[in-house]
Amino acid sequence: MTGPRKRGRVLADLWMGARMAVTGGRDGWTRAALTALGVGIGVAMLLLAAAVPGALDARAVRNEARNDTGWRPERVAAANTVLVTTVDTEFRDRPMRGRIVRAEGPAAPVPPGLARLPGAGEVVVSPALRDLLDSPDGPLLAPRLGGARVAGTIGAQGLAGPGELAFYLGSADLTDEWAVRRDQFGGGEPGEEFSPVLMVLVVVVVVVLLLPIVVFVGAAVRFGGDRRDRRLAALRLLGADTAMVRRIAAGEAAAGAVFGLAVGGVLFAAGRQLAPLVTLRDISVYAADLRPAPALVAAVAVAVPVLAVLVALVALRRVVVEPLGVSRQGAAVRRRLWWRLLLPAAGLALLYPLTGVGKGRADTADYQVAAGAVLLLVGTVTLLPWLVDLAVRRLHGGPVPWQLAVRRLQLDSATSARLVSGVAVAVAGSIGLQMLVAGVEARFTTRTGQDTSRAQVFVNFDELPDPGAALARLAAAPGVTRSAGTSGTFALGSGAANRTADVRIGDCATLAEYARLGPCADGDVFLAQPPAGEQQLTGFGPGDRVTVSGSETAWTLPRRLRTVPAIPDPAGWIGAGLLVTPGAADAAWTGLRAQALLSLDPDDPDALERVRNAAAEVDLRAQVLALDEERQATQFVNVKRGLVVGVAVTLLLLGASMLVGVLEQLRERRRLLAMLAAVGTPRRTLGLSVLWQAAVPVLVGLGLAVAFGLGLGAVLLRMVGAPVSVSWPVVGLGVALGGGVVLLVTGASLPALWRLTRPAGLRTE
Amino acid sequence: MTGIHADGGAAATGRRADGGAPADGHDRGSPAEELLVAEELHRAFGPTPALAGASLTVRAGEVLAVLGPSGSGKSTLLHCLAGIVRPDSGRVTYRGADLTAMSDRELSALRRGQFGFVFQFGQLVPELTCLENVALPLRLERVGRREAERRAAEWLGRLEVGDVAGKRPGEVSGGQGQRVAVARALVTAPRVVFADEPTGALDSLHGERVMRLLTGAARDTGAAVVLVTHEARVAAYSDREVVVRDGRTRSLEPAA
Amino acid sequence: MVCIVAAMSIGQTFLGLLESTPRHGYDLKRAYDERFGQARPLHFGQVYATLSRLLRNGLVEVDSVEAGEGPDRKRYAITEAGVTDVRRWLSQPEKPEPYLHSVLYTKVVLALLTGRSAADLLDTQRAEHLRLMRELTRRRDSGDLAERLICDHALFHLEADLRWLELTAARLDELAEAVRR
Repeated sequence: MTGPRKRGRVLADLWMGARMAVTGGRDGWTRAALTALGVGIGVAMLLLAAAVPGALDARAVRNEARNDTGWRPERVAAANTVLVTTVDTEFRDRPMRGRIVRAEGPAAPVPPGLARLPGAGEVVVSPALRDLLDSPDGPLLAPRLGGARVAGTIGAQGLAGPGELAFYLGSADLTDEWAVRRDQFGGGEPGEEFSPVLMVLVVVVVVVLLLPIVVFVGAAVRFGGDRRDRRLAALRLLGADTAMVRRIAAGEAAAGAVFGLAVGGVLFAAGRQLAPLVTLRDISVYAADLRPAPALVAAVAVAVPVLAVLVALVALRRVVVEPLGVSRQGAAVRRRLWWRLLLPAAGLALLYPLTGVGKGRADTADYQVAAGAVLLLVGTVTLLPWLVDLAVRRLHGGPVPWQLAVRRLQLDSATSARLVSGVAVAVAGSIGLQMLVAGVEARFTTRTGQDTSRAQVFVNFDELPDPGAALARLAAAPGVTRSAGTSGTFALGSGAANRTADVRIGDCATLAEYARLGPCADGDVFLAQPPAGEQQLTGFGPGDRVTVSGSETAWTLPRRLRTVPAIPDPAGWIGAGLLVTPGAADAAWTGLRAQALLSLDPDDPDALERVRNAAAEVDLRAQVLALDEERQATQFVNVKRGLVVGVAVTLLLLGASMLVGVLEQLRERRRLLAMLAAVGTPRRTLGLSVLWQAAVPVLVGLGLAVAFGLGLGAVLLRMVGAPVSVSWPVVGLGVALGGGVVLLVTGASLPALWRLTRPAGLRTE
Repeated sequence: MTGIHADGGAAATGRRADGGAPADGHDRGSPAEELLVAEELHRAFGPTPALAGASLTVRAGEVLAVLGPSGSGKSTLLHCLAGIVRPDSGRVTYRGADLTAMSDRELSALRRGQFGFVFQFGQLVPELTCLENVALPLRLERVGRREAERRAAEWLGRLEVGDVAGKRPGEVSGGQGQRVAVARALVTAPRVVFADEPTGALDSLHGERVMRLLTGAARDTGAAVVLVTHEARVAAYSDREVVVRDGRTRSLEPAA
Repeated sequence: MVCIVAAMSIGQTFLGLLESTPRHGYDLKRAYDERFGQARPLHFGQVYATLSRLLRNGLVEVDSVEAGEGPDRKRYAITEAGVTDVRRWLSQPEKPEPYLHSVLYTKVVLALLTGRSAADLLDTQRAEHLRLMRELTRRRDSGDLAERLICDHALFHLEADLRWLELTAARLDELAEAVRR
C-alpha cells in the first residue's frame, strides 16, 4: 500500500473514533460531557500548578520593588529622600505590613502602588485593610494607625497579594534617629536559598500534588469504558483489524482529551477570577498573577491527549484479545501481580541508595528523588485493582446492599478502583510527606527559650518621656491579668574596659523575673551576673562610679550592692546587668526605655489585640512580641503550609472529579436501578449498596496508601538522615481526609441516585 | 347466538370456553375477588398522552392479557396498575386500597410484597448469580439468606432452570434468563404478577415455554397475571383480554 | 372453501347492499363485483338464485317493476327481517378458519357502508379468534407431538388473521374514506 493512501486510512480511522466520542444520541453526549468535565477539572489543576511559579515570581518582583529594608549607604537629608520606619504588626494572626514615612523634600521617592506619600496624619491602606477597618473588627484595629485619616488605598503593584494588610502612615516628626533614609524603593538582597533538605521536600510536594491529578485524568478518559469496550468489540467482530480498532480507540480518547483541555482552559480562566477572593493564611494572589508559563501550558496540552491515548490503548487489550467475551460482558480478566510490583520496586531502588542528602549533594539527586517518588506512588495505582480484586474475591454473604456491592466489585472492580486510585495516591503521598516533615521539623525548629507559663506578651518601647505611664497603660488594657513592667537604660562601667551593663528599674517582684534576688527591699540595687562559664560583668563593683546613658549622669554604685545570679526572663533572655529598685533610681535619669511582660486572660481572644492597641497608642513603633516556645524557619513554614494547602485543594478537586465518575457509573446502570426500584427495592438498600461499592475499594486503597505512605516516608527520612519514626496522628489524618472525601462524594451522589431510581425511569429506554 | 351487542360488550369475555367452565379448567371459586381496579386513568408524558381514559379490573387468580399495538399505552397502564407510575387522574385500587394515595415507601413495600414483575429484558442484576437474583426479593423481605436461597433453588427447579443457579445472567441464554426472571417474580408468592412483553426477546419455542411455565406456576400459586403483549399467541395463554388503543381500553368489562 | 364470499354470505352481502338503497338485480351484481368480486364476478344465475331465496325467506321484497321485459326490471328492497338478519350477521363473529379474510373484509366494508361500528366488529372477531387460540394452545400444551404440530399450524394461521385484524383496525379511517368515495 502506498504511503499517502495508508495515511488517509489512518486519519479516517482516527476521525471515526473522534466522532464516536460524541455520537450516540443524548447518551453519547452526556458521556462525552462527563469525560470532558473530568479531564477538564484535572487540566485546570495542572494549569493552576503551572501558574504557581509565575505567581510566586510576580509576588517576589512586587515585594522587591517596594523593598525598603536592608543596608543602604549613609545619606544626608535631601530633596529626594524619604524617611521610612517599619511598624509591622499582626492582627489576629494575620501579618500586617506597616510603614511610617516622612518626605524630606519635594522629590521624595514614592513606594509602588501609591500616588503620593501620605502627609502627616494621613494613612494609605491596602484594600484588604480598608475592608477590615470598615468591618465590625475595625475599632479593634484602628488605634494602630495612630488615628490618621485614610487618604487612599495602595494599588495592586504595591502589594504582595489582594488580601495583604498593609499601610503607609505619614508623619511630620519622624527623625533619622529611628528611621532609614532612602532615595528610592526597591532593590535589596536576594532571598534565602532553599536548603537541600527543603529542596527534597519541595520536589516531593510537587510530585505528591500532581500525580493524583494525572491519575485521575487517566481515569476520566475511561468514563463509559464498558460501553466503549463493547462497541469496539462489536467493530472487531464486524471485521475491523487490531490496528484499526486501536486507531479508532485512540481517536476517541484523543477527542475526549481535547474537549477536556478546552473545558480545563475555561475552568482555569473562570477559577482565576475567583482567586483574589481566597486568602489562605496570609497568602493571596491576584488573578493576573496566575499566568501559567507557556512552556508548561504546551506540555499539558500535549501530555493530556497522549496520556489519554496511552490509557485507551492499554485498556484495549481485552477487546483485542477476546472481543466476544467483552461484547457478552463475560467474566473478569485475571490480574497479574508481577508487573504491578515492578514499578514501586523500581521506585524504592531509586530512592534507597540516596542517603545523607543533608550534606552536600548533586543536582541529579533531585531528579532521582522525583522519579523514585513517582514510581513508588504509581505503585499504589497499579497495585490497587489487584488488591481490590484479591480482597473482594473471598467476600460473600451479608445483607442485600453488601451483597450487591460485593458482587458488582467481583465482576468489575477496575472501574471503582480507578476512581479511588487518585485519592489513594494523594493520601499515600501526603502521609509520606508529613512523615518527612515531622521528621525534619526539629531541624527547622528552634527553641526560643521563651516561657509562656510566666508571660505571654513582651512589649518594648524605645525611649519614652514617661515610661511609668506607658507601663500603667499596658497593665490597664482589658484582658491583661498580670504585668511586670520595668523601665531601663544602660550604664558605662568604670575602668579601662568601658563595659556596658543594662540598667533595669522595677519593684522587687518584677525584678525577680530577671534574677534570683533573695531578700529585697526598695532602695536595693543588685548586680545580676550570667551563669558561670559565660563572660561576667566587670567594672560594676560596689562603690564603682559608672555613667548612666541618656542623661549621662554619674552614679556611684551603693556599697550594699549584692551580686545575684541572673535567670532567663519569660522572653528567653538572660538579663545580666544592674537591677535597681525605684528607691535607688535617680529621678534625673531620662530617655528611659520601658519593657513589660504581660499575662493575658486565656479566654479573651482579643486581649492581645488590645495590648497591641495600647502599645501603639503610646508609640506606634512599640514592639509587641507574642511569646512562643518554638519558632520555625520561615521557608520551612511556607513549604509546610504549601503542602497543607495543596493536599486540601487536591483532595477537594479529586472529590469533585470522583463525583463526576460516580455519577457516570450510576448513569450507566440507570435501567437496572430503575428496575430494582420498580420491583420494590427500598432506596436505602440502593444507597447503601452504592456506599459499600465505593467504601470497599476506598478501604483497600487507604490501607495500601498507608503502607506506601509509610514506606515513602521511611525512605525519605533515611535519605535526609533523620530517624525513622511513624507519626500515627499524621497517618490518621491522611486516612480521615481520604475517607471523608469518599463519604462526601457518596453523599453528593445520592440525589442523582434517587432521581435515577424513580421507577418511572423504566420508561426511558 | 343472542345477547351480543353491537358495541362489542362481549369481547372481553374469555370464559365462554366450551362447556362454560373457567378457561383454565379448574375452579377458583366465584365470584373471584376484584384485586385491582383501575378507573378512568389518564396519564401524559409531556405533551403526549399515554393513557386517555383506561379502566379495567383484575380478579384474583386470572390471567389477563392487555393487548394493543406499540405505543397504545399498554405499558403505562401496567405501570399505573403496579404503582410504578402515578396517573394524572383516575384511581387504582388494590384490594380496596387507593394506590394513588399511597406514599412512595408504601408503594415500594406493596410492590415488594404483593406484586411480582417480569420485564422484556435487562431485569436480572448482572453481577449476581441466577440463584441470588431469585433470592433477592425474599432477602429484601428480610428472609434469611440460607432460607431465601433454598426457596430460590426450588423455584429455579420448577421453572426447569435449576442447572443455571450458579451462573451469572450474562452466561445463560435468553430463554433461561426469562425463566429465571419468572422464578424471581413468583418466589415471594405475590398476589399479582405483572409481565410486560415477557417473551418479546424470545423466539416462539422459547417464548411458549416461558409462557407455559409462567401461567402454569401462577395458576398453581393462585397469583393473578397481568400480561402486556402485542402477540396473539402469547395472549392465548390468558383467560381474558383487554385491548388498549390510543390510550383507551377498548373492551368493556362483561356486564355483571 | 374458496377464496370468494361463501354462498351463504352472498345473501347477507346483498342485504347489506340493499340496506342503503333499493336496487335492480343488475345494479346489485355490479355493486357486488365492484367491491367484493375482484377477479371473480358473480354469474347472473347466482344473483337471481340468491335474490329469489331472499324473497322466499321474506328478507327482501320487490319494490317496483318497471316497464320492460323479464325479471331484469324488478327493483328489490330490504325488509325489516332483512335488516335484522344483516345486523345479526355483522355482530356475530365468524368461526375462525383459514382464508377467512374475504368474509371479514366484506363484513368490515358493509359495516362501514351501513354506518355500523367496524371497530366493534373487529373486536368481536378478535375475541372469537383468541377464544379458539386459547383452546388450541391448551390442546397443544397437553397433547402429543403430532397434536402439538397440528395445533401450532392452526395457531400460526389464526395469528396471521389476528395480525390482519389489528392492521385493519389501525387502518379503519383510511378504509372508511375509500368505501364512501
